[in-house]
Amino acid sequence: MSTIVETHDDHGHHGPAKGLTRWLYTTNHKDIGTLYLWFSFLMLFIGGAMAMVIRAELFEPGLQIVQPEFFNQMTTNHGLIMVFGVIMPAFVGLANWMIPMQIGAPDMALPRLNNLSFWLLPMAFGILISTLFMPAGGPNFGWTFYAPLSTTYAPDTVTFFIFSVHVMGASSILGSINIITTILNMRAPGMTLMKMPLFVWSWLITAYLLIAVMPVLAGTVTMMLMDIHFGTSFFDAAGGGDPVLFQHIFWFFGHPEVYIMILPAFGIVSHIIETFSRKPIFGYSSMVYALTSIAVLSFVVWAHHMFTVGMPLAGELFFMYSTMLIAIPTGVKVFNWVATMFRGSISFETPMLFAIAFVSLFTIGGFSGLMLAIVPADFQYHDTYFVVAHFHYVLVPGSLFGIIAGVYYWLPKWTGNMYDETLGKLHFWLSFFSVNLTFFPMHFVGLAGMPRRYPDYALQFADFNAIVSVGAFIFGFTQLLLLFIVIKSIRTGKKASDEVWEDTKDWGLEWTLDSPPPYHSFTVQPEVK
Amino acid sequence: MSSPQPYYVPESSKLPFAMAVTMLVLIIGASTTVKPELGPFGDNSYLVLLTGFLMMWTTMFFWFSQVVKENNEGLNNNMLNNSYYYGMAWFIFSEVMFFFAFFLALGYIRMFAVPWLGGEGEKGIANMLWPGFEAHWPLMITPDQAAFPGPAEEMSLGTAYSHGGLAGVLGWIPLYNTVLLLTSSVTVHIAHIGLKNGNRKQFNLWLAITLVLGYAFVALQAYEYYEAYTHMGLTLKTGVYGTTFFMLTGFHGFHVCLGAIILTVMLIRGLKGHFSHDDQFGFEAGSWYWHFVDVVWICLVAFVYVM
Repeated sequence: MSTIVETHDDHGHHGPAKGLTRWLYTTNHKDIGTLYLWFSFLMLFIGGAMAMVIRAELFEPGLQIVQPEFFNQMTTNHGLIMVFGVIMPAFVGLANWMIPMQIGAPDMALPRLNNLSFWLLPMAFGILISTLFMPAGGPNFGWTFYAPLSTTYAPDTVTFFIFSVHVMGASSILGSINIITTILNMRAPGMTLMKMPLFVWSWLITAYLLIAVMPVLAGTVTMMLMDIHFGTSFFDAAGGGDPVLFQHIFWFFGHPEVYIMILPAFGIVSHIIETFSRKPIFGYSSMVYALTSIAVLSFVVWAHHMFTVGMPLAGELFFMYSTMLIAIPTGVKVFNWVATMFRGSISFETPMLFAIAFVSLFTIGGFSGLMLAIVPADFQYHDTYFVVAHFHYVLVPGSLFGIIAGVYYWLPKWTGNMYDETLGKLHFWLSFFSVNLTFFPMHFVGLAGMPRRYPDYALQFADFNAIVSVGAFIFGFTQLLLLFIVIKSIRTGKKASDEVWEDTKDWGLEWTLDSPPPYHSFTVQPEVK
Repeated sequence: MSSPQPYYVPESSKLPFAMAVTMLVLIIGASTTVKPELGPFGDNSYLVLLTGFLMMWTTMFFWFSQVVKENNEGLNNNMLNNSYYYGMAWFIFSEVMFFFAFFLALGYIRMFAVPWLGGEGEKGIANMLWPGFEAHWPLMITPDQAAFPGPAEEMSLGTAYSHGGLAGVLGWIPLYNTVLLLTSSVTVHIAHIGLKNGNRKQFNLWLAITLVLGYAFVALQAYEYYEAYTHMGLTLKTGVYGTTFFMLTGFHGFHVCLGAIILTVMLIRGLKGHFSHDDQFGFEAGSWYWHFVDVVWICLVAFVYVM
């Protein structure tokens, strides 16, 4: 029988509160998920505007629009905002909305903590973005903030940066503790670990990674703080420390962080592909094992970000081979997605289009990652636009497309209204075209030797850079279309059925709820067979 | 795990938002305190920081009181109680990883950075930066003595022994700290057994003993720092030995203080008659935390004081 019994009279009192305080004081997983998603959307446009400044400056050689100092602030903050302010909060937003619904729980395990996790973010980003308007200028040392650029030579505002990173880290850790607790403790009776939806699995692994590495990031910025203000010498060789130590600790956080930004997308795409291929996912258990092995491997590959820094040969070889190993579980996943589609009865609604684009374009990013894993080749590629092309391929048509696919897939469930399919398809094709126009030519200029993070470049790179900038502006403005589509569906979209798509009731518990679902998802836990 | 009542989800709460605002005040207060140029408060920046701390303690007080109240009203079913246990366990895991970062830094500095600067190993070419520099640990003479003058004395067991023999070891503060902290882990366990058996007297007594041991540890640690700063010429600014020594032991000492505060609250709750043999999450969480700082201490003794 059900574990949670509630009398019918209670239902009347469980609607949301009215007004602004509903959002400030809410403990509801759907409200908080919505807050996360809108915050991430806002940050997407702020970080995107910074990318537009960068691409406008790089449209042609020479300095025309911004000064190099400001350009550095733009590259730095673009990276920080996109990583910590867009991709991560969007995934947490999706987790908040979907995990309780997918595992048959009434809400997240620790609802007040959940609210705190969200509201820490606007505080941290408010401070971070406000530094751009201070006389000393904002962070300008790159999103990886290598010492001593971020310590000895940093602007004064680095202190604000350090404490905002602490708070962002606290937000991620608290959010992850909540998610892991929800998944481990609140599954519906009968839902064993190996019956969990893949999105839930991907978030279980992601939350574990976050709890493991966000404290390491907090330690890193604490060491910076001490070096800057209290005379320690972690990153100063004059006192016996080592600037390279910074890079090791940063990337010990940073590489698992890279998987934190992709694993939930793996989960989303798995659901979408099975829904629109009308076949259960091929190789469910191998998907779980692949996720797990990616998580384990992510802790032993970090130094591939720093092959050129001067490591012992044994280190270079170890990190080269361990990095290549990651291609195996990732290959398993891509194979399974393709095998799920194989002989499926496929239809191409917008979420499916984004999911297929995810599979193919993420794979391109994966292949360029393999090229970068090869030490001697990396000596050539390091810090060129080839690297920029690589990580934008895994983050934009990878993570971001995964998020957008998830939003199209679940939006009708959330709002009870369908989005406009024609506009959705238009959004997809414009995004697909412009994302490739933006990032594919970066491979060429990178291989030809164009270094990253400079406001100016040699003349021979001019044509490709002009093309890249055009692509970037098309991509940027295309995302306004997404905003329009979302608002339109909320306000005037056609009613969606409870299943939303065809026969989804068998795919997951979330489709057994009404569209839109009740304020508290499952007051009575369902039985899973 | 079936429970007769629904999973308690508070309707709404002002506490988390208050905490988020508190963190904003703390960011501004902390930043302007270490760098007054960043804000309009000048020399009074520390007052902002202090306000932040007051807000934090107040919010935490109300937050924890609220949770205790809900528990006493019987709102928490088994599943919610489990959520608290899971939450605490994963929180401790995050703390483990925080310390891991600092141990990683210490390991890298001792195994690679310092030897390379001294001309040893595969990247010994780094010696060209300061050609006369020799690698030793503890690092008493830094590569650049003008920028980071090395410490006059250090804290390791080996030095205590070579300076004073057995008497030196007996005068070695970490020895007593180890005894204090290890004993306190045992006493907190005895208190736990008392609570499980419904023996409140045993619980209160042994928890109080644990606290005495814990605060004695903090006092001795403070005395050790005082000695280091006034008599041994060992400060944060004395190169990477002082850096790693104070940061690792300092963060540990800070966590011992936190653990002691948590257990003090538990003692007060125990005296007020809270907890029973099957309802004791707050205390168990505190004792987990206490065992955790104990384990960190053992690692500290091994990697900072002895090896």
